[in-house]
Amino acid sequence: MKKGFLLSFIASMMMIACSSVKDYQKVYLNDSEMELAMRKTEKFESNFQLYREGASGANGGKTGGGCGCN
Amino acid sequence: MLRISLLATAFYFSILSSFSQNVGRSDSAYQARKLKFEEVNFLTSYYHQEGNNAAVTGGIGSEKLSDFATTIDVKLTKRDRRNRLHTFSGEIGIDYYTSASSDKVDPLTISSASSNDVRVYPSLGWSVTNEEKKQTFGATAAVSSEYDYLSTGAGVLFSKDSKDNNRQFTARLQTYIDFVSIIYPVELRPGPESGQQPRNTYSGSFSLSQVINKRLQVALIADVALQQGYLSLPFNRVYFNDGSHGVETLPDVRFKLPLGLRASYFMGDHVIIRAFYRYYTDDWGLTAHTINLETPIKITPFISISPFYRFYEQSGMDYFAPYEIHTPNEAYFSSDYDLSKFTSHFGGISFRVVSPDGVFKIPHLNTLEVRYGHYDRSTGLVSNIIALQAKLK
Repeated sequence: MKKGFLLSFIASMMMIACSSVKDYQKVYLNDSEMELAMRKTEKFESNFQLYREGASGANGGKTGGGCGCN
Repeated sequence: MLRISLLATAFYFSILSSFSQNVGRSDSAYQARKLKFEEVNFLTSYYHQEGNNAAVTGGIGSEKLSDFATTIDVKLTKRDRRNRLHTFSGEIGIDYYTSASSDKVDPLTISSASSNDVRVYPSLGWSVTNEEKKQTFGATAAVSSEYDYLSTGAGVLFSKDSKDNNRQFTARLQTYIDFVSIIYPVELRPGPESGQQPRNTYSGSFSLSQVINKRLQVALIADVALQQGYLSLPFNRVYFNDGSHGVETLPDVRFKLPLGLRASYFMGDHVIIRAFYRYYTDDWGLTAHTINLETPIKITPFISISPFYRFYEQSGMDYFAPYEIHTPNEAYFSSDYDLSKFTSHFGGISFRVVSPDGVFKIPHLNTLEVRYGHYDRSTGLVSNIIALQAKLK
């Protein structure tokens, strides 16, 4: 519950702290390295981590299903 | 494997030839609605691990495993009469792996679950974006098949951008309907179950991304997942403290809640900081923290080197105990070290070249990336992975 509150607080701060950035001002933000997602080449390491660790999800990958996890 | 490589090469050249087709008509409205190749990605990786806590042999024995994986994905777009953008994607993946521990399911025959096996996983996706309303709807379908496991998945997604394009909310709903083939260790056959048992997963993923300023953007991600059905693996042995042994037995329901925060910051003109934190909890008593930091350094506008480091820590689940520690009268038991208490470190480097004119002057080769990582787990498991990506555009 405490962690949920903390994430809600961070979300609220995000809304307040942000400034409006015009599309033409997004030179840095549009760089391919700035993408808010895993790289394509991270797909395989995310896959083995899904097998070798108990936690999964919240990273754009799977939270279960799709493999027998041998 | 040679056949797979030849097929991949033939597919590569067929894609190249399709890029080189000339469009015969000059009518722009007609061309806009024509199906258009956006990109093709070839990904391949080699993974190898060593360890001595194999779940098949009750938490002792070799975990040696090698996996060679290749995927090819294609993305196409098309505009409809209302100028909405339709995106079509297709992917096929093939994994070939060998596993020392799976040999121990039945060491005298070749009826092991997967001492070596091939996993094939095709998937399809479609989405439609209305740029005026700034919203996207989509759907996905996927299949994954291996010797002892069949999975079919389907999902829908919705995303909405703010008017100034600085905020985006995305929701995904996904379900997997899976079947586990019941293959017990040879000395425990026939067991209480037989044939195939269902394992279903229902998940929801919600993310909110926000541009903070010209250099910083962040995203909050919350997933919820419910798994039901046969959640154990039937060939994982458990040795009890009275000298007897059986197979892993776990509850038939698992609720997972991972929460993540991702941030990307462009520092100066050459360095980017990519950060990720995840908190995870489930009703099997497992909690985990993941921190990932990556700093791409742009040597030129087109070449970057990215060192990365990932720290992971998990508490063990309630039903884990090592070799000969469980008592036979417990309701649930497992000696799978993947669900034990441990910390892990994963570090490495990736090298990426991006060129709109073609990397190394090769036509349409937009991106080439090589990534290497070394993984070290406090239980003694060590692994290495190398991956290669080639993007054609």
